[in-house]
Amino acid sequence: MNTPAGAVPEPHPLELDEPRLSVRKPAVRFDKQGTLGDGERVERAMLSFIRDFGRTSALYMESCVHCGMCAEACHFYQATKDPQYTPVWKLEPFKQAYKREYGPFAVLYRAFNLKPRVTVAELEQWQHLLYDSCTVCGRCSLICPMGIDLASLISQARHGMFEAGLVPHELWAVAERAAREGSPLGATPKVFAERISWLADEHEIDIPLDKPRADVLCTMSSIEIMKYPEAVVATAKIMRHLGLDWTFRSDGYEATNFGLLSGNVEWQKKLSLKLIDAAVACGARLLVLPECGHAYGALRWMGANVYGKPLPFRVLHISELLAEHVRDGTLKLKKLGKSVTFHDPCQVSRRGGATEAPREVLAALGVELREMQPSKDTNWCCGGGGGVVAIHRADELRYKVFRLKMEQIEATHADLPVTSCGNCRQTFDDGQRHFKWDQTMHSLLDLVADNLDEPAKSA
Amino acid sequence: MSLLEFARGPGMQVALTVFAVGCLWRLVALLLLPGAKDLSEPRRRATWKGLRAILRRSWPRREFLDNSVLRVVIGYAFHIGFLLVLFFYVPHILFFRDLLRGLVGVPFGLSTSVTWPSLPTSVVSVLAVVALVALIAALVHRLLNPVQRLISNFDDYFSWLITIAPLATGLLAYGHVGGWRYETLLATHLLTVEALIVWFPYGKLMHAVTVFAARGAAGMSFERKGAAL
Repeated sequence: MNTPAGAVPEPHPLELDEPRLSVRKPAVRFDKQGTLGDGERVERAMLSFIRDFGRTSALYMESCVHCGMCAEACHFYQATKDPQYTPVWKLEPFKQAYKREYGPFAVLYRAFNLKPRVTVAELEQWQHLLYDSCTVCGRCSLICPMGIDLASLISQARHGMFEAGLVPHELWAVAERAAREGSPLGATPKVFAERISWLADEHEIDIPLDKPRADVLCTMSSIEIMKYPEAVVATAKIMRHLGLDWTFRSDGYEATNFGLLSGNVEWQKKLSLKLIDAAVACGARLLVLPECGHAYGALRWMGANVYGKPLPFRVLHISELLAEHVRDGTLKLKKLGKSVTFHDPCQVSRRGGATEAPREVLAALGVELREMQPSKDTNWCCGGGGGVVAIHRADELRYKVFRLKMEQIEATHADLPVTSCGNCRQTFDDGQRHFKWDQTMHSLLDLVADNLDEPAKSA
Repeated sequence: MSLLEFARGPGMQVALTVFAVGCLWRLVALLLLPGAKDLSEPRRRATWKGLRAILRRSWPRREFLDNSVLRVVIGYAFHIGFLLVLFFYVPHILFFRDLLRGLVGVPFGLSTSVTWPSLPTSVVSVLAVVALVALIAALVHRLLNPVQRLISNFDDYFSWLITIAPLATGLLAYGHVGGWRYETLLATHLLTVEALIVWFPYGKLMHAVTVFAARGAAGMSFERKGAAL
């Protein structure tokens, strides 16, 4: 890849002391990677876009009637009223290329040049639309009267952009780091082990690492490891409370998947296989994903497809695990006696189907749940998902989008805003600082760990 | 051969052939693509229940309605008006019976026995006007709404023209308007219908077929995850 002139050995230093974790704001942006020629970039983008093109994706491409309703569902359009943020417009070069190169009438389109060839300049222009202004939250996929799953097409377009070497600087840098070090934000196995040892001492709790056999393999997101380490402790407390035979593994702990977010299929696979192999190695019957949205999509819904066969263990988001144990009575919680509003992480709720799990846990905490309007499956995204929060040049736009969230939360007048995704949390932390907002986003996991009814368990 | 004879005979035959070949080509091209096999453990096993999305997406969720209700109402006005006129106007029913006779053949006795109730002509004319007005409203919306204006292409405008033409010529023929001979008006109507039939498989009008498949496919993949349809 291109590196800044006179680059130091660490070309993309991380910035870990800010509310939002990313690489430090680059003095010079490198949003174009590699040394491919323009024509080659376009060709690779399009080939990669259609490489995994099955019947369903093609059907989606064939069905748009340009009604524009997807814009109404998109937070980026709603916050700006700028028509370029219309979800289906974000796919325009790929739609064009599909018709010209791949669709049923591609021969006619090419013969009469009905759709001009996509240019690299267009793709560069569209980088802003495919990355900076799309969190892949899938709200548009829910409004489309034609039933087009736009979010899945955006992900496919990102595959093309990655192959073309046209990924935003920060996203490329953290994804590359994740592939190289196993973690996008410096949570290497060594760092992870050190943190665990420190946290175990500090909190006087046993945090098993690298047990050769365990029923349950717990995982973390690097955002938690680096920014919210109390999540590690909270997980340990809850596992102890539940009496589960569990472990962390230094060969498979990082649940975030920047291969997925940036669009690199190989890196996505590599990162997912680490988790899968670690779970298989310790004979886990259950892999618990941390408070992270896209980690859920990556492993719960794409893991087996990456693996090439069904996973030999169950995969649960931590909120699902908590809900299961609320249901079977093994998770005993003290009543919190506060009002709470819950921010749904898109990939867990709308895209993942686990919308009710956190609500069951909140009910067990005895909180008064004040739903935002809209909420649950049509909840507004925090604006930081899909890798957007890592991209510095997207900040101003993201803050505009974040206002929607602030208004929603304020309207509930709840005591605590709570979510179940570390990436949402850091987006809220960053928004809170930017707007000098008086609300802090809380973690469902922490809330549960702080309110375990331990005496009842020993009784 | 008069214009009307041409429109009724070879014109219609050519149009129907182009229509059939185009539809078949486009659908077969889609069906031949590999279906993506999902190996993930489904949250809900009865994924076919996701086919509910075919109905579900016929009306936007309450949360989405505020900014899209006008488009939805225009859409319904056009589609209902157009389809009722297409299938329940007496001369159209006769046309479809003729078509059926041509396709299935008399030996089965279908073409002579199959028929369905028609709508009174006065109702049909009102419905045609409703569809026509809705189409004009749809175009105005497309031109005035910044989002739709940006994302629209040749297909959108051409398909609009191709769709409104038979409606307009049908109404003209019905009303014997313009001082033309009825035969000329009818021939014009038939030719515009043929243009529609020819264009149908090649542009966005094909959504009439793909919409159900796309909604069903998305519905089934969402249902598998236990996600909202």
